[in-house]
Amino acid sequence: MTGAAPVPVMLRTRKLVKEYRAGGLCVEALRGVDIELAFGEFVAVMGPSGSGKSTLLHVLGGLVQATSGEIWLRGQRVDGLSKRDWAIQRRRHIGYVFQSANLLSTMTVADNVELPAILSGVSARQARQRREELLDDLGLTDKARVAPARLSGGEQQRVALARALAHHPSLLLADEPTGNLDSANTRDVLRLLRRTHAEGQAILLVTHDARVASNADRVINLYDGMVADDWSFG
Amino acid sequence: MALTLEARIVTHLRQPRVLEVTSIVRQHLLALLAKEPAHGYELKLALEQTFGAAYPSPNIGQIYVTLKRLEADGLVRSQDVAQTTRPNKRVYELTEDGRDAVAAWVDEPSDGPRVRDDFFTKLILAPRAGLADQMELINKQRHHYYRLMRGLNEVQESAGRHDTAARLLIEGNLLHLQADLDWLERCQEELV
Repeated sequence: MTGAAPVPVMLRTRKLVKEYRAGGLCVEALRGVDIELAFGEFVAVMGPSGSGKSTLLHVLGGLVQATSGEIWLRGQRVDGLSKRDWAIQRRRHIGYVFQSANLLSTMTVADNVELPAILSGVSARQARQRREELLDDLGLTDKARVAPARLSGGEQQRVALARALAHHPSLLLADEPTGNLDSANTRDVLRLLRRTHAEGQAILLVTHDARVASNADRVINLYDGMVADDWSFG
Repeated sequence: MALTLEARIVTHLRQPRVLEVTSIVRQHLLALLAKEPAHGYELKLALEQTFGAAYPSPNIGQIYVTLKRLEADGLVRSQDVAQTTRPNKRVYELTEDGRDAVAAWVDEPSDGPRVRDDFFTKLILAPRAGLADQMELINKQRHHYYRLMRGLNEVQESAGRHDTAARLLIEGNLLHLQADLDWLERCQEELV
């Protein structure tokens, strides 16, 4: 690492590049992305399919390694971390919502939501309290003892959001969290996002739905793997 | 100066030219009068209560001017009705020609998308004249749509569950904005 660390912000990337190679073909999904997210800020990332927005989120969550460039999380450089250290970062600081809910099918809804809190080191009692609070917010209290497979798609996605927020992450990364939801479920998810954001939750959310994006403080548009526009609601 | 939320939305919504306003308002007033006779202020209230905050409601002056023109065209007639504690009010009702006009309006399909789109004309012509950069125009327009969307979301949240017409109007506006944003993306792909 060279030079002085930049002033700590929640998240900062510098010249972030991600290339995928397949059969001698090289596709540049990210071509030098510089973004910044302040503590407590809610930013939406938009752009046409193929613009690199999902890749960006995967790289920022440590699910995929960047080809080059820097990622700073809470003032600490993380782009070179091992898989194991990334897992620790996620457990401590990052909540991640995937496009499909990815719940653990052999556990109840309640256990799915409590697990990340327990892994992050809080007591069983605190984890249960937090889970009750989140499921209540999302209108899912009566589903706590149910297996995920018995829920509708919209309910599963709301559980996934509750799970991502269970350990009070400093940063929530969400990949099309309302992608498969009807408008009533979308409204519930947006209401929870707005509420947690109002309580200080930093959120970076990838979406193609401008209605969802218009809830953010800022909208970044990616185009061809680069930032084409970065704009704040004044 | 702080505007109310509703005032901001109405100001932000695409406002057609004055002439167009008049001709649109004409149809709406005729359609209201087809239900029952009413005076100008009742018509204004009926529009606002039915369509809610997202409807760019005409002001009372526009309504009276429009009613006068409808009367001159023979589509409505009016008479003064005495009130005990207040000045007389002028109550309007449809004529036979007015009923025919409403029926013809109901029968006709309504116009689809805006072919003569103001922003698109700007996007094509202004850069040719060296007046603007296309990417900047697209981004500026995009920001405008985001703001409108946020405003409509807020109005949507505050709209009552039972204001079905108002909610659907907001929903329609949101869907149009989504389509406009998709179109901006297409413009960006092809032009920039």
